[in-house]
Amino acid sequence: MLEIINDYWVYFLIGQYPNGPLGGLVLTLLLASCGLVLALPLGIVLGLARVSPWRWLRWPVTGFVFVVRGLPLLMVIFWAYFFLPSVTGVKTDQFTTMLIALVVFDAAYLAEIVRAGIQGLPRGQMETARALGLDYGRAMRLVVLPQALRSMLPSLVNQFVSTIKETSLGYIIGLAEVSFIATQINTQVFTKPAQIYLILGLTYFILCFGLSRFAYWLERRLARRGMSIANATSAPKVSA
Amino acid sequence: MIELQNVNKWYGSYQALVDINETIHKGEVVVVCGPSGSGKSTLIRTFNRLEPIQSGRILFDGKDIHAPGTDVNAFRSRIGFVFQQFNLFPHLTVLQNCTMAPMQLRGLTRKEAEERAMALLQRVGLANKANAWPSELSGGQQQRVAIARALAMQPPLMLFDEPTSALDPEMVGEVLLVMRDLTRDGMTMVCVTHEMGFAREVADRVIFMDEGKVLERATPDDFFNRPQHPRAQQFLSDIRSPFARGP
Repeated sequence: MLEIINDYWVYFLIGQYPNGPLGGLVLTLLLASCGLVLALPLGIVLGLARVSPWRWLRWPVTGFVFVVRGLPLLMVIFWAYFFLPSVTGVKTDQFTTMLIALVVFDAAYLAEIVRAGIQGLPRGQMETARALGLDYGRAMRLVVLPQALRSMLPSLVNQFVSTIKETSLGYIIGLAEVSFIATQINTQVFTKPAQIYLILGLTYFILCFGLSRFAYWLERRLARRGMSIANATSAPKVSA
Repeated sequence: MIELQNVNKWYGSYQALVDINETIHKGEVVVVCGPSGSGKSTLIRTFNRLEPIQSGRILFDGKDIHAPGTDVNAFRSRIGFVFQQFNLFPHLTVLQNCTMAPMQLRGLTRKEAEERAMALLQRVGLANKANAWPSELSGGQQQRVAIARALAMQPPLMLFDEPTSALDPEMVGEVLLVMRDLTRDGMTMVCVTHEMGFAREVADRVIFMDEGKVLERATPDDFFNRPQHPRAQQFLSDIRSPFARGP
């Protein structure tokens, strides 16, 4: 096993880079980070629409969120891979395709985290802001959202954990993320699949377990400061 | 200053306010009291349209707050409202709680808003807590900050919705003192409260409500010593001697 690590660790970490495209664990993390960073603003917008008092905004977004949450990620990836280029006429590379799928998928989940964060606040916060004379938008931006986002931090870290695991589905469209690379190594070594996939599994586990513990720590810290809220969506979700 | 004309409000089929007619004059201090569920909080919340009404009119300086198309935010910024639960913004310091609305709505610079806020915090006795977080304050202190926050908009009318009901008994006094201090400056105030001592001392008028109706309007002296309506008599005897009531 040490022999495999010794021979392939650079390939495992960064793929063929710098002689070829970036891949491996670094690509996995890059994809997950970009996915979350891009999905977050979209998730906030969708979450705000989910709690908005205007039906014409709330209903279509609620529909979108329900549809996406009712689909496996693989489905969304297939759409991004086969369907999107046929509509736009632009063939995107695997990284972009996967990123689009992740952003769409995660934004729907983040929207629910944002919604829960907003609805978990005491009703008096919005009411007090409005009673001072602030309009809905300013009350949301200055009073409700800052508190909701803070209480959402642990859920966001958990969402990042999910996203990291979701990137493994990039394998299906030939994206050279860490699972794909592990398979490549397995093809080359040929005789030690158990060891190779054990290393892959351990890598995911250490990363995700560490982040989960970090989320737990954040949650307790916020609870101590009296800022935590009961968060319905922090339960682990089933992805892919 | 504020005039209610035939105000009715329903929650579904339940009528929370029944045909209320009431005028509150500039500089007047009015205490609204009554048993719980009598509609007194609902009433005061219609004054700044936190609760909608189904019929009637509420005029503030002659303009109908509940009329469709009214700029309700402009009205609200001129009506201070103090909640039972204080509702300080926990992500902002005490000072920021008091400067946010004036900076957003009155166009004050940070410096102007902070000067105004500090003067008000001084007045409620909490200037030394300006940079504290709300969670670091006691209930009484939080409510005093909430009063300062409302005053920072320099409203001509202040509404208090049971401002001392959520407080531990030893903190009620400090909040009532701040409110009494306000009445001395001639602030127009409407206050829903069970603090009968406060009502006696500072109110110009007491309004007694039950089941969504105003049953009695009187001076504090008349109300406490010579209540007319049987429900008012019952209410006063209930709050005076909770153990005296028969089965």
